[in-house]
Amino acid sequence: MYTQAMDTAPKEERKAVRTAEEAQLEARFEARIDDGAFIEAKDWMPEHYRKTLVRQISQHAHSEIVGMLPEGNWVTRAPTLKRKAILLAKIQDEGGHGLYLYAAAETLGVSRDQLLDALHTGRAKYSSIFNYPTLTWADIGVIGWLVDGAAIMNQVPLTRCSYAPYARAMVRICREESFHQRQGYDALMVMMRDGTDAQRALVQDAVNRWWWPSLMMFGPPDSESTHSAQSARWGIKRISNDDLRQKFVDATVEQAKVLGVTMPDPLLKWNDERQRHDFGPIDWDEFWRVVGGHGPCNKERLAARVKAWDDGAWVREAAMAHADKQARKQAVKEKAA
Amino acid sequence: MSDVKAEWPLWEVFVRPKAGLDHKHCGSLHAADAAMAVQMAREVYTRRQEGTSVWVVKSSDITASDPGDKDMYFDPMEDKVYRHPTFYELPEAVNHM
Amino acid sequence: MAATAESVRLKLTPPVQYVLRIADTCLIHAQRLSEWCGHGPVLEEDIALTNMALDLIGQARALLTHAGQLEGQGMDEDQLAFLRDERQFFNLTLVELPMRRSSAHAPGGDFADTTLRNFLLATWLKQLWQGLLSSSDAQLAAIAAKALKEVRYHQQHAGDWVVRLGDGTEESASRMAAALERAWPYTAEMFVADAVDGTAAEQGLGPARSALRSAWLDEVGAVLEEAGLKPPADTPFLSTGTKGVHSEHLGFILAEMQSLQRQHPGGQW
Repeated sequence: MYTQAMDTAPKEERKAVRTAEEAQLEARFEARIDDGAFIEAKDWMPEHYRKTLVRQISQHAHSEIVGMLPEGNWVTRAPTLKRKAILLAKIQDEGGHGLYLYAAAETLGVSRDQLLDALHTGRAKYSSIFNYPTLTWADIGVIGWLVDGAAIMNQVPLTRCSYAPYARAMVRICREESFHQRQGYDALMVMMRDGTDAQRALVQDAVNRWWWPSLMMFGPPDSESTHSAQSARWGIKRISNDDLRQKFVDATVEQAKVLGVTMPDPLLKWNDERQRHDFGPIDWDEFWRVVGGHGPCNKERLAARVKAWDDGAWVREAAMAHADKQARKQAVKEKAA
Repeated sequence: MSDVKAEWPLWEVFVRPKAGLDHKHCGSLHAADAAMAVQMAREVYTRRQEGTSVWVVKSSDITASDPGDKDMYFDPMEDKVYRHPTFYELPEAVNHM
Repeated sequence: MAATAESVRLKLTPPVQYVLRIADTCLIHAQRLSEWCGHGPVLEEDIALTNMALDLIGQARALLTHAGQLEGQGMDEDQLAFLRDERQFFNLTLVELPMRRSSAHAPGGDFADTTLRNFLLATWLKQLWQGLLSSSDAQLAAIAAKALKEVRYHQQHAGDWVVRLGDGTEESASRMAAALERAWPYTAEMFVADAVDGTAAEQGLGPARSALRSAWLDEVGAVLEEAGLKPPADTPFLSTGTKGVHSEHLGFILAEMQSLQRQHPGGQW
């Protein structure tokens, strides 16, 4: 799942280009980007390009891992065995996606442990959507429909990102993502079409709570995005926040009609002239509050991840200790032979 | 700050999806030893489909060629497959994530 | 419309109870394993544990569906999983014990408990599935053929971890020893001889549990030795989950697992 937080990173100073040689290398690098060429791990790249990607890819990875928690909350309470299996498979996919992304980030000269440390100490961000609570089973369906839907919209352009290890990870992720949105929508469809009045009320309530946060997944408006220009120049960001957000609204409103739910926005309306849907103002105070660490579940999510990591320390250490012992035994054997 | 020595090494994963095809590089993962690396590679990169072949190689055991365009070559002699932190120490102060 | 969904009542013949013992063991073990999803000690193992849970849920679903057919009242896998009362569940008590989360009335387990239990159980299930390959019940034999491939992998994966942790650091060794102390008494139930098993063996439905003991002890013994672990001495303790009399943990597990179906009688999911 995508993180929008890249645009909200603190402004970084670009170091003044030091030598003529570096200037030449950077010009050549930008020419390659303009040609649509891919950059691989060992190619020369501006330090700022490398740092931007480490941040974006790792925060994307953190989003996947933290994203396992709100859905994991309902695995033991899934209402049928089929839904339990589907949900487990989906969450497991998300763990796998996090893993692919950490692997892509590691090609740039950081280790996964360093990235996790940044997450656990609050220096790194993850998509703020996961700081909202999953209060009913309907939330799980709505997350599949809206949150995965938004993520897919963000992710497809990334398959053409200039940095190839990231692009390759995104291709793998998009391929596996195909069932995530569909299973959520399907779960909601069954409840709306065949379910009880109580179930239908659950679905509408979930939509009311997740709609606006889903729109916020696309990040701040283009006018306020500080890093977008450079990222667009370097082939990291291909489509703007507002454009993606508009695409999402237009696609989703149609899907809502089929489901029989309404969005909690009285200003949501088809505009014939623009050939798009108009929609109401987003509460950016809420967005910045949640991104800043003060949303409903920020502290719990981070605490859960830190606890899992800390509780697992003895396991990781034991595995390494055992591997070392085995390696030493092997060395002794080989010496004796 | 986690102890770099306790971190599980990085392994590159190669999967042959079907008999008759080559092994293809899929990505990497962390594992404590080779047996774990192979098992984890199946869990993560093949979801345990039957009939696939999986190779795992420690990233530090791979020797890489220089990037094709010699003019782009800026780093000192480095034949490892990635810029990888276990190959050199990163000063803590530099970790702006 | 009733405020909560009513429980189903099963007609328990020996074949039905025999199948439910395996089905419920797989289901409750999967339920416990799924508590680790998103909380594993390392991402790769998180994915592996979830794979295991998914395999077990698949086995449980196949067995429950079959049990429903054998039972004759036309119940499906979900009615059996979500609307049966505790006294009609027949899993081994071992799989009810805490794994990761503590509760108000019991401390949680840890990864040592988890991986040891995975290993002990997978070894047992492997013996069982091997015996079921030649079941007089063709459906059961088919389920066994598929499950056997999966459980072999579970046993290998979990066994490797038992060795790693038993022969890792001092801390991991002491945690594994403690986990073994906790789990071992509950393994006696794996090999009890009773009338249900007797009937099953007579009808060629499947092996009696008592027939599995010596092979299980051999395999488990070998891995524990490699791990530097020693099982505690046998005691007269005998758990009774397979008779429908459980530990205090199952009530909480079922309350959580069944909550949505109970709250929404007639709901469609």
